[in-house]
Amino acid sequence: MLRIAKVLLSGLLLLSATSLYAEDISREQIKGLDEQVQDIKKDVIDLTADLSRLEEKLLFPSNTHVSIFVSLAEGDDFRLDAVQIKLDNKVVSHHLYTFRELEALQKGGVQRIYTGNVKTGDHDLVVSFLGKAPAGGEYQRSASYKLNKNVGPKFVEVKLAGPNAGSQDISFKDW
Amino acid sequence: MRLRYYASLFGLLLCSAVLGADEEKHPELRDLFFGEALFHAYQDEYFTAITRLDTELGQYYALDEPQLDPFHFHIKQAEFSVGDLELSYRMHQRAGRAIQAVLEGDVRPSVRNEAAYRLAKIYMQKNEPVNALHIIESMTGEIPERIQVEEAYLRSQVYIAVGKFAEAVVILRDLQDEDSLEGFAAYNLGIALIQNGQEKEGIMQLEKVGTLASNDPAVLAIRDKANLTLGYRMLENGAPQFAANYLERVRLDGPFSNRALLGAGWVKVSLGQFDKALVPWSLLHKRSEIDTSVQEVMLAVPYAYGKLDVYGKAALMYGHAMDVFGREVDSLDASIRSIREGKFLQAVLREESKQDPNWLINLRDLPETPETRYLMELMASHDFQELLKNYFDLAELRAGLADWLQSLDVYEEIIDIRRGYYTPLLPVVEKEFKTLDTRIKLRLEQRDRLEQRLKGMLISRRPEYLATADERAAVDTLAKIRTYLDAHPKFKTAENMERIKRLQGVLHWRVNTEYDERLTEAYENLRLLDEHIDKLNRIYHSFIRTRQAATQSYEGYTIPIQMLRTRLQQAQQKLNAVMARQGRMLETLSINELDRRRKRLEEYQVKARFALAESYDRATKKQQQERETQ
Repeated sequence: MLRIAKVLLSGLLLLSATSLYAEDISREQIKGLDEQVQDIKKDVIDLTADLSRLEEKLLFPSNTHVSIFVSLAEGDDFRLDAVQIKLDNKVVSHHLYTFRELEALQKGGVQRIYTGNVKTGDHDLVVSFLGKAPAGGEYQRSASYKLNKNVGPKFVEVKLAGPNAGSQDISFKDW
Repeated sequence: MRLRYYASLFGLLLCSAVLGADEEKHPELRDLFFGEALFHAYQDEYFTAITRLDTELGQYYALDEPQLDPFHFHIKQAEFSVGDLELSYRMHQRAGRAIQAVLEGDVRPSVRNEAAYRLAKIYMQKNEPVNALHIIESMTGEIPERIQVEEAYLRSQVYIAVGKFAEAVVILRDLQDEDSLEGFAAYNLGIALIQNGQEKEGIMQLEKVGTLASNDPAVLAIRDKANLTLGYRMLENGAPQFAANYLERVRLDGPFSNRALLGAGWVKVSLGQFDKALVPWSLLHKRSEIDTSVQEVMLAVPYAYGKLDVYGKAALMYGHAMDVFGREVDSLDASIRSIREGKFLQAVLREESKQDPNWLINLRDLPETPETRYLMELMASHDFQELLKNYFDLAELRAGLADWLQSLDVYEEIIDIRRGYYTPLLPVVEKEFKTLDTRIKLRLEQRDRLEQRLKGMLISRRPEYLATADERAAVDTLAKIRTYLDAHPKFKTAENMERIKRLQGVLHWRVNTEYDERLTEAYENLRLLDEHIDKLNRIYHSFIRTRQAATQSYEGYTIPIQMLRTRLQQAQQKLNAVMARQGRMLETLSINELDRRRKRLEEYQVKARFALAESYDRATKKQQQERETQ
C-alpha cells in the first residue's frame, strides 16, 4: 500500500500533465494527424476566401455595394444593447449585442452590421442605438446622415459614444 | 491572465495571448477591414478572423503601390496577428512560418524579439523545448515591455523543460514577486531548486508558497499544490512527522483535498497510528466513488480496521468496496461499448455542448453515453484538449463546407434568373443605345468644332461668325438685293445703292462693335453647354456601367463556380477522412483511459477479494481464540 503513495508522490512532482494514453497511440501519430488537420484548415481558409470574393462580386457588385460598420469611441464604458440601421426610411438591420460582441467593440473591433445594394446618389441613413449609461440610466440616441453613393463600393463607419466620452454621440465617417 | 494560469495548473491548454498588444488599449484604426478582423478575433472566432486578415494581406501584397492602401498602417500588426490567430486556431506550422519570416526580416530588435517570443511559445506548445531554447537564446537587444514578464516566465519554463534548472532558478528568483505570477513563479522556483539538487532551499521555497495569504482561487490552488508536494516529498523521504503539517494545510474543499486526505492517512499509517489514519480516510471515504483517491481509500480504510483487529468491520468494508468496484467496472465496460458504437463522438458534437461549460460532465446524463467523469483527468491533458478542439474545428469546417455547397446551388439559380431576365432585354436596350450613342457622338463632335472655332477667334477676329441668325439673314437679303439690282440696272438707283450700303454698314458696325461682348457670351454658352455635356456623359457612363453590370451579373460565373464546387467537394472528402481519423484517435484515447481505470479497479477487486478472505479468516480465528479463552 505504501508503494501507491510513492507512485502518487513521483507523479505530483511533474510540472506538466503526464501523457495518459496507452502505448498504441504514439506522439508521432498525434503529430502526424495534427499536421493533416492543419493542412485541411489551410485549404478551407483559402477556399473560403475565394468563395467570399465570389459571393461579394455576385451579390454585392461594387457599383451598388454599401456596407455599414459600427465601432465604439475609445475608452467608452457604456453598455451597448442594440443598434438599428435605417436606410431610406427602411429598417435594414437591427442588432442585439452579446457580452462578447460588446467586449470586442470596446477593445477596438469594428462590426460590419449591414451589407447591401443601393443605387448611386444620395440616401438617408438613420442610426439609433440603445444602451445603459455607466450611471445606470437608459441611454438612447439617434442620428441621421446623407449617404452619397458613387460608382465604387461605399463604406460608412458609425462611431457610437457614451455620455462620458466627450465626443459626439453618433459620428459618421466615409471610408 | 489569472484564469490562464489556473487552467495551466491542472494541465489544461495554455492559450496564446491573441493579439496581446491590442488587448491593452484601442489601437488607432486606420483600416476598417483590419478592425473587422479584430472584432472576430476578440470573440475567438479565429477562422473568420484569419480568413478576413488573409484576404486583406493577399490584396495588400498584390498592390503595385501598397503604401497607398490604409492597410499598410497595420501591416506589421496584421502579420503578427495572423500568426497569433493561427496559433490559437491550432495551425502551428503556418503560424510558425509567418513568425519565422518576421524573425528573419530586417526589423527592429524589439519586433524581432516579440516574434521570437511567440515562436518559442509555439515550440513549447508543440512539446519541442529544444527548439524553443534555440529561439530564446537567439534573442538579443530590447524586449518590448508588455511581454517582458511573460518572456522571462516562458524562458524559465524552457530551461526547466530542457533540464537547465540553475538558469531557471536565476530567472524565477526575479519573477517570484511579480503580481501577475503570484504563487506560480515561486512554486516553479521551488521545483527548479529541488530538481537542481538544492533540496533544502527548494523545500523552504515551497513552504513560502504553502503559506501564501490570498483570496484568489488560483493562488489558493497553487498554495494547496505546494503543500501537497511538500507532504508527499516528506513521506517519500521517510519523514512522515513533517508531512502531516503540510497536508493539513491543504483546504478540504480545494482540488487537491482528496489526495491530501489520502496522504494524511498514510502519514498516520507510517507512524503506526492506524486509528488516527481513519480520521482523514473516513472523510475521504464518503466522497465521490469515481475519484482514484476515494477508490484507494476504500481499500485503505478496511486495511486500517484490520490493523486495529476490527476484522468484522474490515470484512464488511472490503465487501462494500468489491460491490463499488464491480459496479464501476460494469459502468466502465458500458462506457467503452458506448464509445465503440460512436456515441461519444455523437454526444460531443451536440449543439448544447458549445453552450455548456460542464458539457463533458453532463454528457453522462444523456442516454447511452459513456461515463465521462472518468475522462476528466484525460480531458485535462494538453494532447486530448488539442485533439478535441481540432475535432470541433473540423466539425465546424464540415458544416461550413456543406453551407457553401448549398450556397453555390443558390448562386447558380440567381445567375439563371438574371440571365433569363436580361437576355431578352439587352438586345432591345442595345439597339436603342446604339442610336443614342450615334447622336451623342455627333453632338459631341459639334461641340468640339465650336470650341475650336472660338479658340481661333481669339487669335484672329471673325465677327461674322458671331452674327445672329437675323443678322446673317439680313446680310444674305442685302446681298441678294444687290445681285438683283446688278441684274436690273433700271432699279439700280443711287438712293437704293446708298440704302443697301447703309444697311450693310449698320450690320457691319453692330457685329464688329459687339464682337467682344458676343465672344464672351459665346464662351459662357459653351461653358453652359459643357455642363449639360458633363451630365450627359455621366448618364452615358452610368448607362454603360449598368449595362456592363447587368452582363457581369450572370456572365463569367459558370467556370469559377464549377471549379469552386470541385474544390469544395475535394476538401469535403479530405476533411471527412481526417475527421474520421481524429474521431478514432479520440475514441481510442478515451477507451485507453477507461481501460486503464478498469484495470486498476480489477486489481483493486482482486486485492479486496483476498483481503476480504483474510479478514474473514482473522475474524474467525479471533472468535475461536475468544471462545477458547472463555
